[in-house]
Amino acid sequence: MKVEKSADGTAMTVALTGEVDSLNINEIEEELLKEVEGVKDLTFDMKELEYISSAGLRVLLQMQKMMKDRGSMVIRNTNEEVMGIFKVTGFVKLLNFEH
Amino acid sequence: MKQITVDATRENLAKVFDFLRDALDECGASERQIRQIKLCVEEIYINIVSYAYTPGKGKALITFDTVGGIKSPPIRAVISFTDRGCPFDPLSREDPDLDLGLDETPIGGLGILIVKETMDSVSYERRNEQNIFTMIKTIDLQAG
Repeated sequence: MKVEKSADGTAMTVALTGEVDSLNINEIEEELLKEVEGVKDLTFDMKELEYISSAGLRVLLQMQKMMKDRGSMVIRNTNEEVMGIFKVTGFVKLLNFEH
Repeated sequence: MKQITVDATRENLAKVFDFLRDALDECGASERQIRQIKLCVEEIYINIVSYAYTPGKGKALITFDTVGGIKSPPIRAVISFTDRGCPFDPLSREDPDLDLGLDETPIGGLGILIVKETMDSVSYERRNEQNIFTMIKTIDLQAG
């Protein structure tokens, strides 16, 4: 798992790679909360994300709630397998997806 | 049949993953399918970690078996989780309402929903003061 960030003013892109699971979610959550301080437009690039469990969904939901009041949050480049998880859990309706 | 018994802690999910990976590799499961089954194993195992023994400690037994085989396909993976925690049937709760808005969507129940949608079948029984959760999935063999 790797979290890579690139920032442009108040916009930030976070690339999630590998696997997001119950073993690394606390670390990811802590890092995200620290990094998005002051960010208004947040983009998650999920091109290299292979796996996400409900532990990761919980954090995405939390981030979406937080960003809703500040600006925007968008999810990009989700692969078909990960998208399947977003569909099954109804997250396709809760989060904003771009391709 | 293969089995592993671990203290039901979050950190031990890594051991459970290793156990599962070895068993599924031996069956010839595809990488995609290993990820699918691993996801379900994580959801059920973390349920045990979170609820079975709270606030105490206890163990979780995970077994892996297959039915069928090359001579009588398909191969089905049968994965069971046993704990001695308080009675808890994850299948008894209603599926979460997926039409609620952002603020109302409950995060609880999403894991078991993923498991029910992904596996071919799931079942729960309470026997000898144990929770036994079993899930079955047909294995798609790796191409080649």
